[in-house]
Amino acid sequence: MEFFHGVNINWMGKAKYFVALSLILLAVGWISLLHRYSQNPDAMYGIDFRGGTLVYVRFAGKAPVDQIRKGLQQAGLANSTIQGISDSQNLGSQNDVVIGLEQSQTDESLDVGKQKILDVLHDTFGADTTGKPDFNSITASALTADLTRRDPLSLGVNAGDRYTQLAAQLTDARDKDHDGIITNFDQLKTVPGATPAVLSVLANNYSLGTFAIRDAEIVGPKVGAQLRHQAFWATIYALGGMLVYIAFRFEWVYGAAAVIAVFHDVLITLGFFSLFHYEISLTVIAALLTLVGYSMNDTIVIFDRVRENLRLMKREPFADIVNKSINQTLSRTILTSGLTFLTVLVLYLMGGEVLRAFSFAMVVGVVVGTYSSFGIAAPIVVLWNKYHDGKGSTVRAGSAAGKRTAAVARS
Amino acid sequence: MSSQLKWKFITILALLLFCIYGVIGLPVFPTSLTQLKANLADRIKLGLDLKGGSHLVLQVQVEEAIGQRCDQSVDQISKQLHDKNIGFGEIRRVDDTHIEVRDVAPATSGSFRDLINNQFTDWAMVPEAGQTNGYLLTMKPSVISDLRKSAMDQSLEVITRRINALGLTEPTIAFTGRSDDEILVQLPGEGDPTRAKSVIQAGGQLQLTLVEGDQPYPSQIAAMAANGGVLPAGSIIVPGQADAGTPGQPSQQVYYILARAPIVTGQDLVGATPQPSTNNPGQYEVNFHLSTSAASRFGPFTEANVGHRMAIVLDNKVYTAPVINSRIEDSGVIEGNFSQDSAQDLALVLRAGALPASIKYLEERTVGPSLGADSIRQGVRASIGSLVVVMLFLVFYYRLSGVNAVVALVLNLVILVAFMAYAGAVLTLPGIAGVILTIGMGVDSNVLVFERIREELRNGKVPAPAVDTGFNRAFLTIIDTHVTTIVSAVFLFLFGSGTPVQGFAITLVIGLLANVFTSIYVSRAIFDYHLSRMDRQGHLSI
Repeated sequence: MEFFHGVNINWMGKAKYFVALSLILLAVGWISLLHRYSQNPDAMYGIDFRGGTLVYVRFAGKAPVDQIRKGLQQAGLANSTIQGISDSQNLGSQNDVVIGLEQSQTDESLDVGKQKILDVLHDTFGADTTGKPDFNSITASALTADLTRRDPLSLGVNAGDRYTQLAAQLTDARDKDHDGIITNFDQLKTVPGATPAVLSVLANNYSLGTFAIRDAEIVGPKVGAQLRHQAFWATIYALGGMLVYIAFRFEWVYGAAAVIAVFHDVLITLGFFSLFHYEISLTVIAALLTLVGYSMNDTIVIFDRVRENLRLMKREPFADIVNKSINQTLSRTILTSGLTFLTVLVLYLMGGEVLRAFSFAMVVGVVVGTYSSFGIAAPIVVLWNKYHDGKGSTVRAGSAAGKRTAAVARS
Repeated sequence: MSSQLKWKFITILALLLFCIYGVIGLPVFPTSLTQLKANLADRIKLGLDLKGGSHLVLQVQVEEAIGQRCDQSVDQISKQLHDKNIGFGEIRRVDDTHIEVRDVAPATSGSFRDLINNQFTDWAMVPEAGQTNGYLLTMKPSVISDLRKSAMDQSLEVITRRINALGLTEPTIAFTGRSDDEILVQLPGEGDPTRAKSVIQAGGQLQLTLVEGDQPYPSQIAAMAANGGVLPAGSIIVPGQADAGTPGQPSQQVYYILARAPIVTGQDLVGATPQPSTNNPGQYEVNFHLSTSAASRFGPFTEANVGHRMAIVLDNKVYTAPVINSRIEDSGVIEGNFSQDSAQDLALVLRAGALPASIKYLEERTVGPSLGADSIRQGVRASIGSLVVVMLFLVFYYRLSGVNAVVALVLNLVILVAFMAYAGAVLTLPGIAGVILTIGMGVDSNVLVFERIREELRNGKVPAPAVDTGFNRAFLTIIDTHVTTIVSAVFLFLFGSGTPVQGFAITLVIGLLANVFTSIYVSRAIFDYHLSRMDRQGHLSI
C-alpha cells in the first residue's frame, strides 16, 4: 500500500506564498503576544517563570467558586485569581479550581499566601466544628501514628508495621480509587484490613472535609528570574549546537537556513500560545526544544536528499534539484509528521491537564516544523544559490556541497 | 541462516533478556505476580510529580556566616590591640567583608601592622584613603570562598541530619546546581511540608550565658539606664519572655543583659530529649546533656555563680533565665511554651546541630498523591494510546515489514525502560512525554528506511540490494537527525537541573540512543532473516 508516489510539485515556485503565509502567521501571533505583553509583561508566563502561588483544589462536588471568592476577599486576598479546570477523566465536571496569587503577595515569607488560602478553605469548607482532623487531608505518616495510638485491631506491642501498611492502603484507596476525596467512610470497606473496628475508629475520630489540596506551588521571585534565564540560554545553546553540527555535516548556509527555519517555528508557536491563552512554563520550554529538534529532523532529511541528488544531477538547476528532493522525501515527511502529529494529538487529548500546554506546543510545532522545512529552510538555500549564480562570481554552492559530500564517504 | 545472522539474533536476545531482567527481575527474582509488581515499583523510580510529595528549594544566607567571621575578627583584633597596648581611635565593621581601624597611634603603627600581617592573615590591609593613621582591612577572596563553601557544606550536613531524624522515607537533600547557595530538599509522599520546613529552618543556636544584673528589664532603654546609660563591656542585650508566672497569661516581652561570651553552646551538647514539664503540667520541656569537657567548665561555673541567673538563649532569644540553685554538672532543661510536638522538634534540631547561617525558602511545590496517580494513569494511557495507533498504522501500511518495525519499536521501549532502571534515573511526567516522543522518532527512523527500500524496489532493484541500499542510505540521515535532537536534549539536561524537565531530557536521550540501535541493527537483522529465506527475485512484503 502506498500514498504519495510519483508526485511532482514545484515547491520552490511557490516559495513566495510560503513566505507570505509565514509572515501572516507571525504577524497575527505576535500582535496578540505584544498586545498581551503591553497589558501585563508577565501575562505569558506560567508560575515557573512569573513566580507566585498556585493552589489546586478538588471539591467533592461542584466547586463553590463564589463562596471561595468571597472567602478570599474577606481574608484580604482580593486580587487572587480563581480558575475552574475540567478534569480530563470526566470532562464537564466542575469540581476542580486553581487559586492563584501574584508575586507581590508571595514576597516576604514564601508561603504566607498559601497559608492564607488554606485558612480560607478550612474556615469556609472545613468539615465540622468538633475539631476532628480531616481524613481527606491527612498524610499516611500521620495516619500511621494515629492508628498505632488507637490500636483498633488490638495488636498491642505486636503491631509491627501493620498500621504503617494499613495507613498506606487507606490513603492509597482515597487517592487512587476515589480521586483524593471520599465522602463516606464506607467507601474504604474494600481496603484489605479495614475491618469494621478500623472503620468505626476512623468514623468516630475523623471528619470528612469536602475538598482536598491536589497541588500547591510557590515560586519565589528569584527562582522565577533564574528559570527564565536558564530557559533562554538552554534555547540559545541548543540552536547554536545544532547550527554547528549541520554546518559541519553540510555547508554553513544549510545550517543557517535550518536554524532560521526552526527559529521561525518557535516564534510562530509562541504566537499561537498567546492566541490560545496558554502560559509558558518549564515543560513548554521542553516542548519548544523538542520541536526545534523535530523540525530540524525534517529539514535534515530534505537536505540530505539534496546533497545526494547534487552528485547525481550535476547539470540541472539547483531549484529543480531541491524540488525533486522534496518530492522524493514527501511520502516519508507526510507519514512521519502524520504519525507524530497523531502521537502528540493523543497526548493532547489524553495526557491530562498538566501536559496540556506541552502537548499543545507539540501539536502546533509538528505542523509548523514540517511546513518550515520545505516552506522556509529549502527556499533560503535556493535563494542563496541564486544570489551567487546571479553574481556569477562563485561556483554553484551545489558543487561545493557535492565536494563536501564526496569527502563524507557514503556507500 | 548464516552464522553471522545467528550471532546478531543471539546478541539481540541476550540484550532483551538483560533488559527484562533489569526491569522486573531485581531485587528478588519474581515468583509471584505481587512480587513482580513490587519489583516493577522498586525499579522504576518515579519523580515527585508522579508520586506526590514536597519539593523545596532553599537559599542559605551565606553572607551571614561571612559577617559573623567579620564580627569575630573585630572582637579579636580589638582585644589584641588592648593587650598589646597599641593605641587606636576606633575599630568598626564597615560591611560583611571590611573592617576599618582609625587613628592608630603613630608610635605603635609598626607593631599594629605586624600584628595584622602575622596574626590576622585572613585580612588584606591597606592605609585608608583620606585618613592619616587609618587602615582598611579587606577579607581575602580565598577566605570568603572558603567560608561560603564551608557554610554550604555544613548547612547540607545539618539539614540532612534533621530530615533523617524526622524519619521520612527516601528524602533527597542536595545542592541544586543552578546557584552556589541553594539546597534542594525533596520529600516523597509528604503532602504537607509545614513541619519539615520549620524543622529545617530552625536556627538551633543554643547558648547558656550568665545574666548581668540578675534581672529582666521591661525595655532596652531601662536595661541601659540601670547601668548608667552604657552597656557594660563584653555584654549584649537579648530579648526574651518573662518567666511564665500564671499559666494562660500571655508572657511579657522583656530584655536581659547577658555576658557576650557563652559558657556553653549547642556544640557542647551530646543529647537532647523532650519530656513532660514538671513545673507546668500539660506542657513539655527539653532536657539536654553536655559533653564531659563542657561539663568540666559548667560545674565550676555554676558553683561560682550560685544565686545568680543564667539565661538559656536559643536563636538570640532568651527562653528562660532561672536562678542557679546549686552546682550543675552536665544537664539542663529548656522550658518554654512547648507542646509535645514542638518539644520533640526542638530536641531534634538541637541534636542535629546549628545551621551556620539562616535560610530562606525560594520555592515550594507540593504535589498531592491523588494528582500524581492521575498523572501516571493519563501518561500511561496516552503512551499506550499513541503506541497502538502507530503500530496499527505501520502494519496496515507496510504489511510484514510493518511488523518488523513494531518489533523494533517495542524493543526500543524495553531498552529505554531497562536503562532507566539500571541507571536509577527518575521518571517524571515530562519524562513520559519523552517516551512518547521516542516512539515518534522511532517511527520516523523506520519510515525513512522503508520508504527508501520501496524507492529502490521501484527503481528495479531486487529485494536484497534494495534493503541493503535502503539501510545504508537512511543510516546517515538517521544519525544526523538523532544527533541534532540529542544536542538539544543535552542542553535541556544541563539547564534543567533541579526541575522535572531534566527527566524529559534523560528519557529522550536514552530513547534516541536505543532507537538508533533498534531501527538500524535489530530491524536490519529481521530483514536479513526474511531475505535469507526467500528467493533472490522473491517478493518483499513492504
